Amino acid sequence: MNTQAKVTEEKNFFQQSTNKYTGIGSWLLTVDHKRIGILYLFSMMTFFIVAVIFGFLIRLELIAPGKTIMEPQTYNQLFTLHGIIMIFLFIIPGLPAVFGNFMLPIMIGAKDVIFPRLNLFSWYLFIAGGLIAVVSMFLPGGSADTGWMFYVPYSIRTTTNVIPALTAAFILGFSSILTGLNFITTIHRMRAPGMSWFKMPLFIWSLYATAWIQILATPIIGITLLLVSIERWFGVGIFDPALGGDPILYQHLFWIYSHPAVYIMILPAMGMVSEIIPVFARRTIFGYNFIAFSSIAIAFFGSLVWAHHMFTVGMSDTAMFVFSFLTFFVSIPSAIKVFNWVSTLYKGSISADPPLLYALSFIFQFAIGGFTGLMIGVLSVNIHLQDTSFIVAHFHYVMFGSTGFGIFAAMHYWFPKMFGTMYNKKIANWAWAITTIGFNTLYFPMFIMGYLGMPRRYYDYLPEFHTYHLVSTIGSWILILGLIIMFANLIKGMRNKKDVAPMNPWGGVTLEWKVPSPPPMENFHEIPTVTTGPYDYSHYELAGKETK
Amino acid sequence: MTNSEQHTEHSEHHTEHKHIVEYGKYLFIWLGLLALTGITVSAAGINLGNWTIVLALVIASVKSLLVLSIFMHLKFEDKVFKIFVWVAMLTFAIFIFFTFLDYSFIR
Repeated sequence: MNTQAKVTEEKNFFQQSTNKYTGIGSWLLTVDHKRIGILYLFSMMTFFIVAVIFGFLIRLELIAPGKTIMEPQTYNQLFTLHGIIMIFLFIIPGLPAVFGNFMLPIMIGAKDVIFPRLNLFSWYLFIAGGLIAVVSMFLPGGSADTGWMFYVPYSIRTTTNVIPALTAAFILGFSSILTGLNFITTIHRMRAPGMSWFKMPLFIWSLYATAWIQILATPIIGITLLLVSIERWFGVGIFDPALGGDPILYQHLFWIYSHPAVYIMILPAMGMVSEIIPVFARRTIFGYNFIAFSSIAIAFFGSLVWAHHMFTVGMSDTAMFVFSFLTFFVSIPSAIKVFNWVSTLYKGSISADPPLLYALSFIFQFAIGGFTGLMIGVLSVNIHLQDTSFIVAHFHYVMFGSTGFGIFAAMHYWFPKMFGTMYNKKIANWAWAITTIGFNTLYFPMFIMGYLGMPRRYYDYLPEFHTYHLVSTIGSWILILGLIIMFANLIKGMRNKKDVAPMNPWGGVTLEWKVPSPPPMENFHEIPTVTTGPYDYSHYELAGKETK
Repeated sequence: MTNSEQHTEHSEHHTEHKHIVEYGKYLFIWLGLLALTGITVSAAGINLGNWTIVLALVIASVKSLLVLSIFMHLKFEDKVFKIFVWVAMLTFAIFIFFTFLDYSFIR
């Protein structure tokens, strides 16, 4: 990839404001995509830590049968908030809003996203939604206790603060839609000369596929949550069977969005892994076109499998057959990606740095999460496993073991570019090992006990499940220890002004490695001209020399 | 100079359309919409089985099309806007189709 970006001693985006203010004002009113990415990073991580604490408390309650540290009602509220915060405030905005915002314009050779003000507005919507979710905890009535799915009729009848939680999710949906709109338009209109669709980095392809789901599916959850609010306020019979409504319709509408939302969460992480693997294997990615199209295929087919969450609710046999078939179908593009990543690693000159280690954890845990997904996609097996902790384990392997680790991989990969400093790699490797061991110790026992009949979301359980719960809770402590080490190392790295990161510490060949670390305000002095593909390692020697 | 400004040069030429629609036409479409609403209400009383919902959706689609193309001026807009609206419509139709794989065959 050939660029004409000049490397000179100049102010980076931390030192240059897009407005007349300095200090906090320069951040809160910024329209620079990189600053907005950083705003998202810190706000998202704050929400993540809150939800991790809730998860820790849930696990602590389950360490032994009977009451341990909290009342059943508190337990219900905690798992609801854990779900809402993790999903709507951490995983969905995770990669697109933080790293998409920061990297997308740079990776396609643009100076910013196409609608910078709308970008800032999206962040404000995100914060407004997040604050409403958190404030609802402290209002009279207590926070919602419905689970993050807000299933009717319970969500219509409970006396807890469901409306604020629904409002939060509704507002967060708008933030997601606007980010998607911004990204699609930016990718269509702002690519540097020479950057054809098939010269785009695969992370951009995955953001593109994700953005389409954000735009097309999010309005459906918006209107559905609004209908629940209308039903609560005015008693209109839409979903409540006592009023002549249909609760199954709610589940259809909810999952029409929420299943594709799972792909909103995981597709960018897959794109992330596609960035990291070739860089640390020093090889051109295997099957570029297939990986690019598989993102689009996952986005399309992934939008048509929603009712596999509903196999036990009494749907028609025809619907069950079709949705089960489509669920199997969506595994094909997912498998294409995994095979291509492994093929890229084959005979590569592998450099086992922290980003690659997190990416490898992603592949390992995604394989487990994916295969168990196929198990529960089988109609007969689903009847046995539905609503057991097997589902919880599957979901966490895909969402945390895959997407979460994808976010950690991105943090370690782009950290030197974003902050211009370096973290301690040795400690990062230890943190990776501890989080991976902790994660698997926490969630794998849930597969076994779920298979043996442990229901999900239960406050109490039979003594025969005690050992599994104990191991799982100990796993949560190991995982949290790993997270503390990881975050401490990254924060220390951020403050460490001595260990300045070079422009291209990993030997990457995509455009973000051709600009200084941290990048200047508008990224490029001159828009680069792209002549080669994004993972062309025949140029690796040259790229290596440029960094010295 | 921001990128968006640079790219404006390359953007497609936006042509000014003169699309003054006569009041008579608006009135005619409005009466058509009222008539279609009347048909929807009358048809709801006839037992057509699964076709009741199909008929209601088809009439609603025709009404939406009229509102979008005439009142919201989509008919006079650039092709790209039409494509985006159709993509959204198609997605919606696909979701309806798959949802009704449940409702149409339920015992």
